[in-house]
Amino acid sequence: MDLANPTRFMSFSGRLLPWLAGACVLAFAAGLYMTFFVAPDDYQQGATVKIMFLHVPAAWLAMMCYSIMAISALGTLVWKHPLADVSARAAAPIGAAFTFLSLVTGSLWGKPMWGTYWVWDARLTSVLVLFVMYLGLIALWRTMEDPIRAGKAAAVLTLVGAINLPIIKFSVDWWNTLHQPASVMRLDGPAIHPTILWPLLTMALAFTLLFLVMHLMAMRNEILRRRLRTLQLGAASARVASARPQAAE
Amino acid sequence: MTEFLDLGPHAGFILACYAITLATIAGLFVWLAADRKSLTASLAKLEADGVRRRSGAASSGERG
Repeated sequence: MDLANPTRFMSFSGRLLPWLAGACVLAFAAGLYMTFFVAPDDYQQGATVKIMFLHVPAAWLAMMCYSIMAISALGTLVWKHPLADVSARAAAPIGAAFTFLSLVTGSLWGKPMWGTYWVWDARLTSVLVLFVMYLGLIALWRTMEDPIRAGKAAAVLTLVGAINLPIIKFSVDWWNTLHQPASVMRLDGPAIHPTILWPLLTMALAFTLLFLVMHLMAMRNEILRRRLRTLQLGAASARVASARPQAAE
Repeated sequence: MTEFLDLGPHAGFILACYAITLATIAGLFVWLAADRKSLTASLAKLEADGVRRRSGAASSGERG
C-alpha cells in the first residue's frame, strides 16, 4: 500500500486507529493491574517503585519520539517523502509532553529517594536539553508560515539535536551521576526482578501504543491543516484573479 | 484493596505522579480532538462556500 499518498494515509490510519486505541486501553488495564496488584514494593524504595512504571516508559518514549523525528528529518531532507515533515511536526508536541512527564515524575521520585527534586547532573540536564529542543522545534514550525521552508529548517535543527540522544543514553556511564545506571537495556540482561520487570514492560507497551494513537491523530490533523491552507490560498488567489479585471477597468 | 491503598509514607509523591500523567495525557487528547474539530469545521465552511480541492493542488499542499 502506498502510504506516501496523504489521502491513502488518511484512509488507512482511519481504519487502524480504533484497533490501536483498543489495544492501548487493554495494555493500560493490564499494566495498571500489574502495577498496583502484582508488582511488590521494592526492598529499598518501598512503594515509590510504582513511580518507575510511569517514569521509565515516559523517558523511553521521550527518546523514541525524537528518534522518529530524526528519521523523519532524513525523510524530509534526503528522500523528500511527502509525509516525513507531517510525521515530525505531529510528533513534536507529544514528545515534549512525554519528556515533561519524564522530568516531573523523575523529580517527584527523586525527592523521597535522593532527598532533592533536582540536581544538575548529566542525565537530568541532558533530558532537560531534550525538552528545550522539543519546545524550540515547535516554536520554529509555528514561526515560519510556509510549511515547506519550516519543514526543512526544522529537519536540519532536528538532526543537529539528535546528538543529544546518545548523550542521554550513555550519560550515566560516561559521568558520575545521581541517576542510576541502565537496569533494563543491558548487554548482560535486565537487572530487575521479573515481578517488577513484567509490569514495567507492559506499561512500556501501553505507553508505546498510546504514542502511536496520538501520533496518528496528530498526523491526520496536520494533513487536514495543510489541506485547509491549500484551499485558503487557492480561494485567495481566485479572489485576486477575479478582482484584477475590475481594477484594470 | 487495603494493600492497593497502602502506598506508604510517600503516597503523596506516587499519587501526584499518576495524577500529573493522567492530566497530561487527557490534555493531549483534548487538544487533538479540539484541533480536529476546528480544522474539519473550517474545511466544511470552505467547501460550503464552493471552494473545492483539485487533486493536484491538494497533494502539493499536503506535501508541504
